[in-house]
Formats: sequence, structure tokens, C-alpha cells
Amino acid sequence: MSERSETKHSVERRDVLKALMLAPVAGAVLASTGCTVAPEAGRQAITWTRLPTQYSYARTDVEKQRDAALFAETFFREHELVTIAVLCDIILPSDHENGGALAAGLPDFVEFMAKDRERYKLPLRGGIAWLDNYSLDNFGARFVEADNKQQLAICDAIAYPDVQDEALQPGIAFFSLMRNMTLTGYYTTELGFRDLGYVGNTPNIWDGVPDAVLARHGKSYDAEWLAKCVDQSRRNIKAEWDDEMNLIT
Amino acid sequence: MADKEYDIIIVGSGAGGGMATYQLANAGLTVALVEAGGYYDPAADEQRTQLRNPWESPRRGASTRRRPFGDYNACIGGWDLDGEPYTQKGDTEFMWWRGRMLGGRTNHWGRISLRFGPLDFKRRDIDGLGENWPIGYEDVKPYYDKVDKLIGVFGSNEGLYNDPDGFFLPAPKPRLHELYYIDGARKLNVPVYPARKSMLTKRINDERGVCYYCGQCSRACSIHADFSSSTALIYPALRGGRVDLYTNSMVREVLTDARGKATGVSYINKEDKKECTLNGRIVVLAASACSSARILLNSKSAQHQNGLGNSSGHVGRYLHDSTGASRAAFLPELMNRDIYNEDGVGGMHVYTPWWLENAALDFPRGYHLEIGGGMGMPSYGFGFAANQYNDYLGKRVGGYGNGLRDDIRRFYGARLSIACRGESVPQYDNYCELDPTVVDEWGIPVLRFNYQWTDYEINQAKHMQDSMEALLEASGGILLGDKPGAERNYGLAKPGEIIHEVGTTRMGLDPKTSVTNEFGQLHDASNVFVVDAGTFVSQADKNPTWTILALSWRASDYIVEQMKQQNI
Ligand SMILES: Cc1cc2nc3c(=O)[nH]c(=O)nc-3n(C[C@H](O)[C@H](O)[C@H](O)COP(=O)(O)OP(=O)(O)OC[C@H]3O[C@@H](n4cnc5c(N)ncnc54)[C@H](O)[C@@H]3O)c2cc1C
Ligand code: SF4
Repeated sequence: MSERSETKHSVERRDVLKALMLAPVAGAVLASTGCTVAPEAGRQAITWTRLPTQYSYARTDVEKQRDAALFAETFFREHELVTIAVLCDIILPSDHENGGALAAGLPDFVEFMAKDRERYKLPLRGGIAWLDNYSLDNFGARFVEADNKQQLAICDAIAYPDVQDEALQPGIAFFSLMRNMTLTGYYTTELGFRDLGYVGNTPNIWDGVPDAVLARHGKSYDAEWLAKCVDQSRRNIKAEWDDEMNLIT
Repeated sequence: MADKEYDIIIVGSGAGGGMATYQLANAGLTVALVEAGGYYDPAADEQRTQLRNPWESPRRGASTRRRPFGDYNACIGGWDLDGEPYTQKGDTEFMWWRGRMLGGRTNHWGRISLRFGPLDFKRRDIDGLGENWPIGYEDVKPYYDKVDKLIGVFGSNEGLYNDPDGFFLPAPKPRLHELYYIDGARKLNVPVYPARKSMLTKRINDERGVCYYCGQCSRACSIHADFSSSTALIYPALRGGRVDLYTNSMVREVLTDARGKATGVSYINKEDKKECTLNGRIVVLAASACSSARILLNSKSAQHQNGLGNSSGHVGRYLHDSTGASRAAFLPELMNRDIYNEDGVGGMHVYTPWWLENAALDFPRGYHLEIGGGMGMPSYGFGFAANQYNDYLGKRVGGYGNGLRDDIRRFYGARLSIACRGESVPQYDNYCELDPTVVDEWGIPVLRFNYQWTDYEINQAKHMQDSMEALLEASGGILLGDKPGAERNYGLAKPGEIIHEVGTTRMGLDPKTSVTNEFGQLHDASNVFVVDAGTFVSQADKNPTWTILALSWRASDYIVEQMKQQNI
């Protein structure tokens, strides 16, 4: 990614948060009601798309019970959830035609995954605490209460795994985890599908790589191989063979 | 129905049980099919996971303890079942995957459907290791032929001696990353052919649909276009009216009379926890290799003090799994690809069968290569380490902001992977037995595993790693991760992990060193049969299921014949 595009979007972030507070997120697909967490001292409220808490997709009874129990539990404290929201929003900003982390409901997703996978709980909780300590040490305020420039300075320090500074390693590990969660949580929504241009997961007829793509990659199907492949115009004709194992329909 | 006497009681509804049910019911016999799991049909919307979008799952398809291969995988079961433990002796690391559902593991298997070849039945003749099968390819060939036609498998006839031709449906065309692999393999003179898998690329009957290429066979196909024992064998058998299906019924033991012959089975009805009995003239075990061994070991009586069929002490012995190792590469030429739907059938469209001579190598048995990659559907884990390949482009890894979207696009589908699946040498000392103290939630003694790989498998894994490296690089790939060395057994998968466990009730001519005859009939009780992979003498470098199906059909024909002759 280029430094320039980051800075540009980041500068606008506060405005976006304001806008989010005023109106429901445009293009939000997963739920319609916004979740507003009360503003902390001197801050704008931050809003994100709420994810559903009920799902119906071929679960066994024990699986249903477990998921219901997870949804009934609250793991993150309000301050932690706001911190997650602010971080996710920095990682995948909202000022994009396909929405960002908040439109994709990231804080709710992270909350669910933390409950679903015990092994995420401590790294997330501890990571947030580390972030606040670091922010307090450097700027005298917890991360969400630091100003935008300060927040980005912190992110710049911990967003790159090649940084060797030992003192920063816990922060780097936490940021990598948050980047993973944010991207996975975003690209597994309709917004993410659109952003990627994903077109699968639907009945269709696979008849090989499109010609233009073959040409672009300098590849081709050789005739001998193609002779072994499906003639899709005959797929519905029942298969019959001769005694020599040759398909004759 | 406790007083009813069935002609046949079949335990387990996977590949072996489904085929036996279909054949024996169609032969006019009354059948009780007893299955520990519940009823399952992926065509029913309340059981369908196919074609669901990731956001229909709160965890976006992530795995859980109860769905180890992902939230949408069609396995009710897995490595770690509620109330059904197993144990390990010493430093054994055997992993045991079980399905608990109608159709067993055929609901979510990979559908790679390979015949064994003539050499695979006679390995001892070639390398002096293990044992020959009491039968040869010519005995099984007619059944492979019939299985091909009944169930449907795509592939191509290549005239390879040990990877025999079949009655194939036409193959799907290779995807782009597979074309890269084909070119890479050819550069190294490694053969590559269309894969052989049981999805219907062409109609075979009026009941089952024709594949519409969603790439999600592991979620089970709602139009029944891929082979599952339930959809292709058990439903048709149930329609015939001679089969009573007992689901949620966990068989504890085979019951025998004073002469040592089976009279039926006892099982626990998991719904009301009650112990029940079924009476039958013949008992067919198809609970999967280890589960059938467990049932036999638990069927102790005055006549069968070591467990039923175990006068030889061989029940549970010679347990063996396929070997496995894998490697992946980043394919720079696939960066910034055009995006189109290339889902195809679930998994690979091309593969490489074993292509070398073992005599010239330091390990006795071969392996085949399975090819992976492509523009899969995002699900949990997508976007992790999003721009790690930046490393290879001289760019910085990590960061934040909208630029990450470009990274995701740039690297989407730019990956090629290979998984090797090989043959291990069966060992007497690799076995499952009853744990002396541990029981499951119904009080049934559980299995304890004893298993160590030998140098045969470890040397083979070393060779796998070299082959994969060479092939991935020849295909234009930059290798990812470190090459596992001796300290990690060259990346050799744990025993059981490849989920091709076989051999626990092996067939043979000598009742002192085998459990069944060539038809899966117990040497010690003529009216008890095993039709799962327990009877395998050796597992070949092929996946087992097509052979389970062929042998189960062969055993069924034998049962019908023997009943006609009133021998059983
Ligand atoms: C993810 C995955 C991928 C695979 N890919 C391939 C592949 O590509 N090619 C291939 O050839 N093979 C593959 N396999 C292996 C294949 O699934 C098995 O070889 C095959 O299903 C074995 O058939 P089976 O009849 O022996 O047993 P199973 O299919 O395991 O069925 C056994 C049934 O018996 C029931 N049962 C067990 N104990 C009892 C009891 N005490 N009482 C009543 N019922 C009981 C179980 O609930 C189960 O339903 C794969 C397996 C997995 C899990
Ligand atoms: S790829 Fe074909 S056979 Fe497999 S689930 Fe999709 S439609 Fe069914």
C-alpha cells in the first residue's frame, strides 16, 4: 500500500465517524440498526453495523445450544469494544465505495470470535491493555482518547512485523491479529465480496479458463487433453459405454 | 421390532455399509441398517450447507471442535466426539476421524476415486514386505467396473498398468493454476492426468442431478451429483421397502449363540439410552476399520474369549494409514488475475499418479500428488497475512488502510499447492486394542492406539518434499514456508491424519494370521462379515474408498450365493 493513500484516508477519519453517528451506514447489509457506544470524554460516538445474533444454517442441536450460549455472553467491556472499533476503522477505513470495517460490523464479529475461540480472548484483551499503556506512556491518554495524529503514530509503530524493537513486539503481534480479524471479517461479507469482485458460489457450467485469460497467461489447452473433457452440450445425455470402456454418448 | 428376524443386519452406513445395503436389499433380502449417527440428507434445506455465503455463519465458516474442517463441512463427527473418547499408548499420535451420520464419512470425503492396480495386491512379491492379498486385480476388476457405472466417476483412460482404466465420465477442464502445474510437471517429465473423482459431470440416471460446479462437495451436494453412500445407495435401497433404518443406534456387540454363530447385535438407542437387540441370520460389519474391530473385540463370549473373530489375535493389528505431506508456493504470474468463476468440482481437476520405480529408491512404496489452488470463496482465514508475499516483491509486509484492499486483490488466487498421499508398510506392531479402563458414555470400552511410523514412511516423506519443491518451482512458484527436515520427519502427517485407516481385520488364507477370508467372512464365525477397509491387506498409494465399494459388492454377491446354497 502507498503511504500517500493511507494518510489521505486517515485524515478524513474523524469526519467519517461524525457522519456515521448521524446516519445509518450506507450499504450496510448485515443488519439495519446501528450500535452506538456512548462517547467517552471528549470524543465522538462511534457507530457500526450490528450483526445478527440468530443464524439458521444446518446446525445440530448441540451446535445450536453452544452458539446461543455464545450470543448470550458478553466478553468485551465497552472501552475494549470501542478500541476495537477505532482500530478496525483505521485498518479498513469507511470512506470507500464498498464500505469499511465498521459497515461490515467488525466489532461484533471480533466479539463473537473471541467467545468462539478461547485462545483469542487473552491476546485481544491483553493487546488492548498494552495499546493503552503504550499510548498513556507516550501521549498521556488511552488509545481511543489520544488524538488522531497520535493514534496513527502508534499504528505506524506497530503495523509492520519487520520492526525489530523488542519493546514493540507485543503491540506488533496484537496489530497483526487485528489486521487479520478485520480483513477476514470484512471479506466474508457482501461488502467484501463486492470489493474483491468475487463471482463464485453459484450454480454454473465450468467450461475452462476464458480464452482471453489463457492468452494473457500464454497458456492453452492441448487437443489431446481436451478430448478427455466434458462436452457440456451433452452433459444431460445419459452415459453409456462400449465394452472397451469408451464413453459413447 | 425386537422379535423380527432379519436376513441381514448391517452395522454402519458409510461406503461399505451403503453398498452392502443396496446390493443385499436388491437381492430380495430383508435388511436392518444400524447407524450410530442421525438421518442426513443435504437436499433438505435444514441440513444444507452447500451454496451458503460466509456471512450466513456467525464464525464465517471457521472450524470448531465439532466441525474441524470448517463450519460448513458436512461432517457431523470429527477428531473429538462428545462422549466417545479414544486413547493412545505411550507416544503414539494416532488421530482418529469418525463420522456420525447416515452415509458416514462419504458425506464429506474428497471423492478421489482410484482403483488399486495389479501390483497393489501383491506388494510382498515385489519388495518382500508385508503380505500379499489373497486376491488379485482380476478378482476385483469386474466390481470396479460395476461400481464405476452404478455410482459414476470422471477420469480418463491412460492405459497405465498400475492405475487401471475404468468406465469414466468425462473430466472437467483444468483451471489456470492447474495449467501452470501441467506445464511444470511436463518440464520435469513427471506425468499429469485428469483427476479421477466421483462427481457426475454427466447424467447417469434419473434420480441424481448433474454437477453444476460449485466446488463444494465437502459440504455435500444437495442435488446428489457427488457420491455419498446415503444419496447414491441408501435412499434408493430404502425406496425398495426391504430395509429398516435404525439411526442414532450405537452397536455395542455382536451376539452369538452356544455354537459361536452370530444371532444379532445389541445396540444402545441414543435417544432414550435403552439397550436393544436385533436378531438376524447374518451380521455385516461396516462401522469403519477401527470401529468394526472395536465391536469385534467387545463381542466376547465363551466361544470367543478374545473377542469375536479374534482367535488369531489379529483383530486390530496391521492398522495403517496413508502417508501424507504437503507444500505450497506463491505463483507471481497469477498476481492481479482476472476474476471469473473457476469453482469447478470440489478440489483438484488434475493429478499425478506414482511415476517412479521403488527399486531405485530408499523406500519401498509410492505416492501420488494432489494439486490445489485457485480463487476460492472467502471464508474465515481469508485475508490473514494478507500481504505476506510483499516480501518477495521487495515491498513491506503489514500496514493498514485502503491499500490493503489492493494487496488482497493482487494476491487473490496466486497460490499453488501440492499434497502427497502415499503407501505405508503395514506393521504387526501398529494396532488398536481395547483400553483396559476407559469407556465411552454408554459404558462401552474404547480403543487405545499403538502406532509408530518406520523409516520406510520417513524416507518416503523426504522424497515427497524434494518432489514437491521441484514441481512447484518448475511451475513458476516461489516456495512458501520452510522445507521440513529430519527433525520434523520431513513433514510426514501423523498416523490417522490422512483418514485412510485400514487393515484391522485383514483378509487372508491362513486363519492364524488373518481375520477374514477373501470375502470378508470371519474365519471364526461364518455368518459374520466385514465390508469396510478393515479387510485391506495393504493400502496402496491410492485412496481406499473405491476399493471398499468394490469389495463390499463382491462380499454381498458371495453372501447371496452362500445363502442360496444354504451354507450360511
Ligand atoms: C475429509 C475426508 C476426505 C476423504 N477423502 C477421501 C478421498 O478423496 N478418497 C477416498 O477414497 N477416501 C477418502 N476419505 C476416506 C473415506 O471417507 C473412507 O475411506 C470411507 O468413508 C470409509 O467407509 P466406511 O464404510 O469404512 O466407513 P465410514 O464412512 O466411516 O462409515 C462408518 C459408519 O459407521 C457408523 N458406526 C461406527 N460405529 C458404529 C457402531 N458401533 N454402531 C453403529 N454404527 C456405527 C458411523 O457412525 C459411520 O456412519 C476421506 C475421509 C475424510 C474424512
Ligand atoms: S461441485 Fe458439483 S457435485 Fe460437487 S457439490 Fe457442487 S454441484 Fe455437487
